[in-house]
Amino acid sequence: KATVSVLYCVQSLASPMTCVNDTMHDLRDVNFVKAMLPASKQQSEIDELMAADKTLKNVKLPVCPRPSAIPKLNLEKGTTTLGIVVKDGIVLCVDSRASTGEFIASRTTQKVLPMGKTILGTMAGGAADCQYWERVLGVECRLWELRNKTTITVAAASKILAGISYSRRNSGLCMGTLVAGWDEFGPQLYTVDDQGTRLKGDKFSQGSGSVYALGILEEHRTDMSIEEGIDLGRRAVMHATHRDAYSGGYVQVYVVRAPDENGHCWERVSRDDVQDLYKKAHEDGTAGCFKDLF
Amino acid sequence: LQFLYFIGHTRTMSSYDRALTVFSPEGELIQIRYASDAVNQGGCCVGVKGKDSLVLCVERKMGTQLQDTRTVKKIIKIDDHVFAAFAGLTADARVLGKRARDECANFQFNYEDRVSTEYISRYVAQIQQRYTQSGGRRPFGVSFILAGIDESGKHAIYMTDPSGYFARYKAISCGQNSKTVQEFFDKNYKDDMSADETLRLAVSSLMDVVDQSSRNIEVCQLKSTDKGCEARFVGEEELTELIKSIEKEKEEEEKKG
Repeated sequence: KATVSVLYCVQSLASPMTCVNDTMHDLRDVNFVKAMLPASKQQSEIDELMAADKTLKNVKLPVCPRPSAIPKLNLEKGTTTLGIVVKDGIVLCVDSRASTGEFIASRTTQKVLPMGKTILGTMAGGAADCQYWERVLGVECRLWELRNKTTITVAAASKILAGISYSRRNSGLCMGTLVAGWDEFGPQLYTVDDQGTRLKGDKFSQGSGSVYALGILEEHRTDMSIEEGIDLGRRAVMHATHRDAYSGGYVQVYVVRAPDENGHCWERVSRDDVQDLYKKAHEDGTAGCFKDLF
Repeated sequence: LQFLYFIGHTRTMSSYDRALTVFSPEGELIQIRYASDAVNQGGCCVGVKGKDSLVLCVERKMGTQLQDTRTVKKIIKIDDHVFAAFAGLTADARVLGKRARDECANFQFNYEDRVSTEYISRYVAQIQQRYTQSGGRRPFGVSFILAGIDESGKHAIYMTDPSGYFARYKAISCGQNSKTVQEFFDKNYKDDMSADETLRLAVSSLMDVVDQSSRNIEVCQLKSTDKGCEARFVGEEELTELIKSIEKEKEEEEKKG
């Protein structure tokens, strides 16, 4: 009973300060807490609460630090981008909405940026940060080719971007990218964060719509064909744009395959308006399955 | 008249050879040539490329009798998959080797891939070139022979020299008597040799110029296998056996001829 009462008074152990009417008050201040209690409380109850509070005052409670190993899930990136590794390639699907607060600034944003002939990067978060640093990454990839006479590996490219992010991690960069490409080790997909997190995997999604997209992506298997992957990715972004306010516009689908005779690995497969897609999905009762679209 | 010309010629030479950053009238940086002479005084070292293996072989000059020659290593490990042999000033080689090792580690840290042999040879060569162009410093009196096997299985031998020039070779030698050894390679090198044949060729090439004793030769073999690069220093026993068999072969050939 005492514990429950204490919780009633003390709102947050980690930050015992509270701001009322623009003045800071310490919740350990007995008089202040008393004043905060509703008038209907009995005096005995108030005394009980005060007593409990006093015992707490003698105990030094450490501030619980947020473990740095767990990255904070930052959903402030208004977009939906996803990448999945399938048999013989990688499928990247992105939406095309750029929002500044509640205003939709653009419904035709290009969120996939190529880095040469073999690597693609997606954009989530701050458009400026993504565009600039991915362009810098593109420059580094080109210089690598000129210096070393080989195309850069996706591991190296994503590592360069991760190094850039990490060295600027306290500058307030907002950038979530997927680096997808084909090198001598086959199709590779990496996710690179504005904190410098860099992970290799088969399935990633970023942005505010990622939570919806990842639900649809549970069907994903690495031995799916590219056509199945395109269908799945497109459906996932479509559903995400339907529910997420910050995603919308067009779904663009890009595919990364083994290089052709010119060494070119990626191509854009389709660009569909999400509203048309959604209508079609519910008209013919396929519930979003678009196998007949290609 | 000839006599006077001779005097004039030496005077011109000596007035241009003290400063590194000054070209001579013949268009030469004479200090770099002197650095190459320092290299040619060092113990001979060779590098040979086979079908899927590389061999570095170095003549180990005898120090005083009380020196523990096993601690004097002339083949430096730059990375797990890159080894370097050198001819010239040992101390300079040690410094350059350290720079190369640091660069390998930094490269892997920044790019996650391991260095290619070409990259690290270019890096070492660029350092050597930098020391030929700024004032107050002398060139490194070292020629490196770098042997490495990339992650993709490509294997290569590169040689750098004090001027900062570097190139890839199938078989190369530097140091004392390197001309003799290079002629030996011109005659006897074949493409696509097996690992054993490559080892044999490398050791044979040095046997003409070195005292016939296994303690005088240091051999490192790199093989490209499924697991990647397997590198080993050939042991003394194996080396003695190999030298014996090479000598035997030579005797038999002489008998035939």
